[in-house]
Amino acid sequence: MELFRGVNINWMGKAKYFVALSLFLLIVGWASIYRTVVVKHGTLYGIDFRGGTLVYVRFAGPPPIDQLRKGLEQAGLANSTIQGISDTQNVASKNDVVIGLEQTQSDESLDAGKQKILDVLRATFGGGASAKPDFNSVTPPDLAADLTRKDPLLLGTNAGDRYTQLASRLTAARDSDHGGIVTSFDQLKNVDGVTPSVVSSLSNDYSLSNFAIRDADIVGPRVGSQLRRQAVLATLYALGGMLVYIALRFEWVYGAAAVIAVFHDVLITLGFFSLFHYEISLTVIAALLTLVGYSMNDTIVIFDRVRENLRLMKREPYPEIVNKSINQTLSRTILTSGLTFLTVLVLYLTGGEVLRAFSFAMVIGVMVGTYSSFGIAAPIVVAWNKYYGGKGTTVRAGSAADKRVVAAARR
Amino acid sequence: MNAQLKWKFVLILLVLLVCIFGVIGLPNPPTSLSQLKNNLANRIQLGLDLKGGSHLVLQVQLEEAIAQHCDETVDELKNQLRAKNIGVGEIREIDDTHILVRDVESTSAGAFRDLVNSQFTDWTMAAAAGETSGYELTMKPSVIADIRQTTMNQTLETITRRINALGLTEPTIAFTGRGDDEILVQLPGVGDPTAAKEVIRAGGQLQLVRVADGPFTSEPEALAKYGGVLPAGTVLVPGRAESAEPGQTSGTVYYVLDKAPIVTGQDLRNADASPSTDNPGFYEVNFKLSTAAAGRFGTFTEQQAAIGGRMAVVLDRQVYEAAVIKSRIEDSGRITGSFSQESAQNLALVLRAGALPASIKYLEERTVGPSLGADSIREGVRASIGSMIVVMIFLVIYYRLSGVNAVVALILNLVILVAFMAYAGAVLTLPGIAGVILTIGMGVDSNVLVFERIREELRNGKVAAPAVDTGFDRAFLTIIDTHVTTVVSAIFLFLFGTGPVRGFAVTLVIGLIANIFTSIYVSRAIFDYHLSKMDRQAQLSI
Repeated sequence: MELFRGVNINWMGKAKYFVALSLFLLIVGWASIYRTVVVKHGTLYGIDFRGGTLVYVRFAGPPPIDQLRKGLEQAGLANSTIQGISDTQNVASKNDVVIGLEQTQSDESLDAGKQKILDVLRATFGGGASAKPDFNSVTPPDLAADLTRKDPLLLGTNAGDRYTQLASRLTAARDSDHGGIVTSFDQLKNVDGVTPSVVSSLSNDYSLSNFAIRDADIVGPRVGSQLRRQAVLATLYALGGMLVYIALRFEWVYGAAAVIAVFHDVLITLGFFSLFHYEISLTVIAALLTLVGYSMNDTIVIFDRVRENLRLMKREPYPEIVNKSINQTLSRTILTSGLTFLTVLVLYLTGGEVLRAFSFAMVIGVMVGTYSSFGIAAPIVVAWNKYYGGKGTTVRAGSAADKRVVAAARR
Repeated sequence: MNAQLKWKFVLILLVLLVCIFGVIGLPNPPTSLSQLKNNLANRIQLGLDLKGGSHLVLQVQLEEAIAQHCDETVDELKNQLRAKNIGVGEIREIDDTHILVRDVESTSAGAFRDLVNSQFTDWTMAAAAGETSGYELTMKPSVIADIRQTTMNQTLETITRRINALGLTEPTIAFTGRGDDEILVQLPGVGDPTAAKEVIRAGGQLQLVRVADGPFTSEPEALAKYGGVLPAGTVLVPGRAESAEPGQTSGTVYYVLDKAPIVTGQDLRNADASPSTDNPGFYEVNFKLSTAAAGRFGTFTEQQAAIGGRMAVVLDRQVYEAAVIKSRIEDSGRITGSFSQESAQNLALVLRAGALPASIKYLEERTVGPSLGADSIREGVRASIGSMIVVMIFLVIYYRLSGVNAVVALILNLVILVAFMAYAGAVLTLPGIAGVILTIGMGVDSNVLVFERIREELRNGKVAAPAVDTGFDRAFLTIIDTHVTTVVSAIFLFLFGTGPVRGFAVTLVIGLIANIFTSIYVSRAIFDYHLSKMDRQAQLSI
């Protein structure tokens, strides 16, 4: 099977449309960022970078948001935010709620906010002040210790590690099969090795709250700003490293064009983040870096071909060579981009809440990154070439690798 | 098949065997799917975001250790000057690293300088600005660096001892961050870190001190008695007031205590918790002293018992108990208070593990519940496998037999990646799964690059063998360029990034290196084998 055979598109002739499209996307995206940050005094940063407290709670049923808000207000947390999660793939997650709390400047201990939120949850939705511990938050070692003490299987001194294994099977069933919340001890009947006496022992010793803490993050102000600086630095160094490598392998203008193109991708993706109300977290930084690598990859494939064609087609004008190079690699570009797009789309749709922002960045990034290679990077090189005259950008032949290409091309 | 090709396959087979061993373990090859899963789970270390647990970043207050060194120096200097009869007007700390000595008697200025130069080598001395006979001592930068280093090492050791005593599984305790004063503590499987945090943070500085005076109900009251200045060598320390109801506190009181303790936490031989005999329902902590300290303590208590002196148990600069010494006490003592069983056990643990050289502050706390980790693994793995299958089906449809070749290369790539992570003990994190997905993408790209190039050569009229040859040759450079560029950026990410970003960089670099091997070496070998079997003029299935 073969698509895209013998395409002949004048890409450089259309460069102005690509640039216009980029400008449009940049303006729309950054207007949105301006609106969020300057007009509404908001932030694009997630908790990793701005600091604060985030508690991710799952309820057994539809989340009782009003009750929760009332409880939080009574505890003096009126400024907390409550956000529902709608994950179409994961049925249980429609009962999930994220409680956010801005960082306080007071001298309280770091986890004061989290403790207050937990207290509210326990008071409002837990077994209240009942002395029984909550089965939905017990850890395997604690459960194992408890089972060993109660010995519902009457193993006596022969117990060995059987209770440890039973405890880990019970908690695994709770976490994997019931999404972290057991609503009735009867749900544990079918776990391997569980007898009615184990179930009755558990129901005697434990209560069942109808919520479970899925995740709790607290980031102090110092860590937030440190992570922010580190993320920016890592990205800049990575870009610098690539610029140097490409400049060594090609010419500096190719390196500059490639870096400008990927920088443009990052800016546009950030704009989309603001438009679609996603927050920038550490994982998103990983995604931005992935797309930097990906877009760079795309650009290098085209530049490699330009370099090769420059030697083969000495008489053709430079823009023509670039056009041909893009057309020759178009089939590869569309295939790879299409498959990568498919991959990240699958990730976006089924990868779960935690990977959502990451895969969103990738979905946008793959599209923008692909188009920027021929729409931005190549026109920059052509424009530079036109401005500084003729076919001046001849590639230095010299390295052994380059000679191999020449040799291969002549074969 | 020629000899060279044979060796290529031997090498590939060897790599494959080593990798399969890495993934599943050979001595006990798995017999069922669940066993395979188990083996895999045992071999691949999961990050906290996938297996659940607590992640804490804490900052050591290094200035405290430096300030303490300064305090000690001032005390020592005063003692030495008194012993050598050198008169000075005033000795004062300007800040944590500077001491001002004013009005040194002109007759003993030489003796003063000799003393500082010979005994206080941690300091540099200079004439103080604006003073006629004053000196300013400055702590040497090398000494400051040394104190910082030792304090960090001691803190790490102490925290490690404490956490090990808590009996948690596979904790990670390591230096972290770029600020040189941060420590990372990871506690897998701990869903609520509150108790562990208390144990880590407890200062654990125990002192048994002579009570000079008190209790007073407020600081001003105590100072008023001494005309605003406490007697030399004493300090004012807060404590809880004893109340009629046992275990209940009723406000804060202040004691005037000797600055120098008789016994410190370092003199402890053991500490444990037991039910309180005086306050039923509560617990107390009993401790035993080392032999050397017991001798000292015995002499002290005997003297004090004779004159009705009092002694205070001070923990982290707070008086827990102040009592009249009734008789000679040899080697044991106790700390009472409204302790629950757990808090008494934790305090005993902290005392056994030793004191922190400086206090700590929490900067970051992340807790991932086990159910979220389980969900993330399931969804991440499902997404990876799902997209792999889609991509592979497409490759086979689009490139036919050559597509099968690419599929083999991709699977081998994944096997090498997983095996290497198992061997190197690399930790798989959620962004790491993303790195795996990007690796798949790059693997597909390399194969597509090669195949498209071969097709081009075929279109230009070449027969199968030279077309494959040229295709690989030309694509080789492009593949190297794209991979090196990405590896370069991944290395920077690893060097300058934090936790999750690093996990991503590690999987990416390993994946890319494996990818160069599979998409160039392995794929080429399979092509060569195929070509050696078929007729020279036959069509290539691509």
